[in-house]
Amino acid sequence: MVNVVWLILLLGGIVTSAWSHGVGSVTQAVVNGSEKAVEVAFGFIGIMSLWLGLAKIAEASGLMRALARTMAPLVSRLFPGIPADHPAMGNMLMNMAANLLGMGGAATPFGLKAMQELQALNPVKDRASANMITFLAINTASINLVPATVIALRVAAGSRHPAEIVGPTIFATSVAAVVAIAADRVFRRRGGDDQV
Amino acid sequence: MVTGWIEVLSTWAVPFLVGFIPLYGWLRGVKVYETFVEGASEGFRMAIQMIPFLVGILVALSVFESSGAFDAVIHWLSRPLGHLGVPAAVVPLMLVRPLSGGAALGITTGLLHRYGPDSFIGRLASTLQSSTDTTFYVITLYFGSVGIRNIRYALTVALLGDLAGFVAAVYICHRLFGG
Repeated sequence: MVNVVWLILLLGGIVTSAWSHGVGSVTQAVVNGSEKAVEVAFGFIGIMSLWLGLAKIAEASGLMRALARTMAPLVSRLFPGIPADHPAMGNMLMNMAANLLGMGGAATPFGLKAMQELQALNPVKDRASANMITFLAINTASINLVPATVIALRVAAGSRHPAEIVGPTIFATSVAAVVAIAADRVFRRRGGDDQV
Repeated sequence: MVTGWIEVLSTWAVPFLVGFIPLYGWLRGVKVYETFVEGASEGFRMAIQMIPFLVGILVALSVFESSGAFDAVIHWLSRPLGHLGVPAAVVPLMLVRPLSGGAALGITTGLLHRYGPDSFIGRLASTLQSSTDTTFYVITLYFGSVGIRNIRYALTVALLGDLAGFVAAVYICHRLFGG
């Protein structure tokens, strides 16, 4: 599916440009897009290094394992084949906790670390494992208890009840997560061949 | 009240972790500074590994957006979505949200200022903005960082989740805030 989406974005853009205001603008768009990619990646280096460093301490001190052992019963059924005290579990839990608390900056490094650990368990290295996809499904639904960014925006716009969207957000984000997990279950069963 | 504890929670989360993790490590006899540096040294390699995947997705998005194709899609979808209770002003936000976090945040800010944060549009936009993530970006980043090219059904599952989140947000906002 990602192949089709990618092709549609590229070809749709080129055709529309040629038809409306000249295909020359595509050249500029291509340059802008690639520059942006490097900018984003470089912008990440600092904060990512920070949380990866802290994650290493949490791992070496046994904090990650302790967290995984306490919380794993809640999520282990979602990730069959991953032992409760495997570092993949600890990192996934840290990622989910950071997302829940609206700490986007911390969620990403833990999420990437979790992907590395899941990759170590993955039998086919250039193909996503079933547990990776489940993790991503939960992650993109981003269950969120503290929509800190939006609350700050609402305060700045002069809202009288900036936090009144917390309830609706928790509802919508839970529905998204439940549907994503259910869809993931269906596909996972159909895939059948690997459960790791 | 609710705003109060959410504010405390979100202000304290980062400072607490940055203090607590090293302290716990030190009490457990970990050489905290050396261990920190060892972990942090992975940050650069991880960021570099993301670049090809980011170039792929951001170039395609940039071509599509700058061509005006995006505006055309928004235009076509406004009427059918209007029948389903989605105000036309919010349609661009729904389409941009899974693709670009920065652009979505810009649109939300614009809507809050133009219609007011306590209007129906302002409340719906706030809920939409905070209830899903930038799906394409997260998928690109996470799979890219470990070099996975075949993502199987991941995008389908994630987009189904987004769609459900949008429907739920529209429903609950109509239910709670009228409009």
